[in-house]
Amino acid sequence: MVVLFLITIMVFASQRLLPGDPVRVWVGEERDPESIAYFQHKYGLDQPLPMQYLTWLGLALQGDLGKSIRTGIPVRDEILHRLPITLELSVLALLIAVVIALPAGVISAVRKDTAWDYAGNSVALFGLSVPHFWLGIMMILFFAVQLHWMPASGYISPFDDLYENLRRMIMPAFVLGTGFTAVLMRQIRSSLLEVMKADFVRTARSKGLAERPVVYKHALRNALIPAVTVLGLQAGALLGGAIITEQVFVVPGFGKYILDGFNGRDYAEVQAVVLVTAVGYLLINLLVDITYSLINPKIRIEGAEAE
Amino acid sequence: MKSALELAPATPRFIEAEIASPWKRARRIVRRFTRRRLAILGAIVIVIFVVAAILAPWLAPYNPQATNWSKIRKPADAQNWLGTDDLGRDLFSRLIWGAQVSLLAGVLSVLIAVVLGVPLGLIAGYYRGHLDQVIMRITDALLAFPFLIIAIALASALGPSLANATLAIGLSAVPGFIRLTRGQVLAVREEEYVQAARAVGASDLRIFWRYILPNSFAPLMVQATVSIAGAIIAESTLSFLGLGVQPPTPSWGSMLNVAQGFLNQAPWMAWWPGLAIFVTVLGFNLMGDGLRDALDPKDY
Repeated sequence: MVVLFLITIMVFASQRLLPGDPVRVWVGEERDPESIAYFQHKYGLDQPLPMQYLTWLGLALQGDLGKSIRTGIPVRDEILHRLPITLELSVLALLIAVVIALPAGVISAVRKDTAWDYAGNSVALFGLSVPHFWLGIMMILFFAVQLHWMPASGYISPFDDLYENLRRMIMPAFVLGTGFTAVLMRQIRSSLLEVMKADFVRTARSKGLAERPVVYKHALRNALIPAVTVLGLQAGALLGGAIITEQVFVVPGFGKYILDGFNGRDYAEVQAVVLVTAVGYLLINLLVDITYSLINPKIRIEGAEAE
Repeated sequence: MKSALELAPATPRFIEAEIASPWKRARRIVRRFTRRRLAILGAIVIVIFVVAAILAPWLAPYNPQATNWSKIRKPADAQNWLGTDDLGRDLFSRLIWGAQVSLLAGVLSVLIAVVLGVPLGLIAGYYRGHLDQVIMRITDALLAFPFLIIAIALASALGPSLANATLAIGLSAVPGFIRLTRGQVLAVREEEYVQAARAVGASDLRIFWRYILPNSFAPLMVQATVSIAGAIIAESTLSFLGLGVQPPTPSWGSMLNVAQGFLNQAPWMAWWPGLAIFVTVLGFNLMGDGLRDALDPKDY
């Protein structure tokens, strides 16, 4: 909560203190002083900064995030409309990442120093090093321009046409998931290797347990905990990636809204977007904590005893 | 007590090494070798790009900004090895000049992050107390935001230019360095040699310089190398979004921005700048991995 409060202040301050007068961006450089003063008054920009902040915070707490200065549309409506699009994209990306990274990471660890492992490492390095927007452009070039398998860009609501929606979402989701896949794969591999050296794994083996249950029932469960942590830490990067991906594939989501807001120096938009991002981050952290206890019941019990 | 704990993890490894079959040991040597070879490969890639960037005025066959209306969007041929762009400019020349922008932005922004982040982390970790609280709260708040969003926010607020993009990327990377340095300091400051130095009356500055920094060097070095990779991607991303280098100065990101408009007519415009970013970043990542392996005391 303290962090969230600090964030709102920092966002507010940074937007106001940085150079560049937004009113001039909105009304044009050549406007006369009267109309500039009128705009400043209209949006409360002639008030002292602490007053502006408190006004904004008070309204935000009631769910009113103000109106976009560029379009006049209430920011809340716009966000509610766009957020689901980015959420769908992120969930698909996550799904792709987990489906690839989990088996690949496990195989890399179990078959350490074999061709499988090297292949896995190469894929991970590729995912870490390739610029997302370029990968996106290359995929458009190959699948849309050359093969005509998929449309290059655009968005159709899944409620209108699920098939067309997925056809347009699959490429951006894959691109968005690439970096994620790489990080997750490496984490699963290294933590599984670490866990395999633990005493309880040796015990399980010495009991005469076959390698398969040792890996899947004993080791993997423990190895997944750091992987979930990484998942949570990377969730932010997912949003950053969504900005680029939505830009490349022209998806009208939250990421594109962020970029447009920043470029237009639209205070209402930027503040709202940042607030939503911060709240989202805290929610994800909560989710990660809950997931820990699902994977490893011991964590919950220990936490309860400590309190 | 403390020294006994430190010895403990060494013992099983020793036994393991004893019973490891020669075949296993040979494989480990081979593995280490290949790992180092990859790191060397990464270093070679970086050197090639650095040399290309420095020698750009002599290596580039054409002026990277010279337009040629008779050669608009021509595929690769003997004169223009990688083809030409929408204004008839030579892509190969632009690519070489673009290396300057990417490497400069990548290295300088990480330098900014190190110069600001390491001292702050040192102060927070060494003195603890209220100062630590304040620094870390702000750091946590900043870390709640995706690196790229902060960079985009700063870059758009400062105005689009290479210097501002570099500054924006550098500042966005500061919290990461603060946290890493602080963690290192917390681990090192309780060591006996630091306490001994303090006992004989060494100044704080001397303790930082002689004991804490050298012992935190390895992870910082790895982080810096990998951060350069991230910074190069970030710079090209900002330029791609129009928030970085402005035309007609060639940069890999802005070249891709332009290329996106001609995917049907001139796909080669999109191939090369992206490949250049990919290979450079790969080079830094390989080197970072190599450093991590080489400097990691836990060998696995």
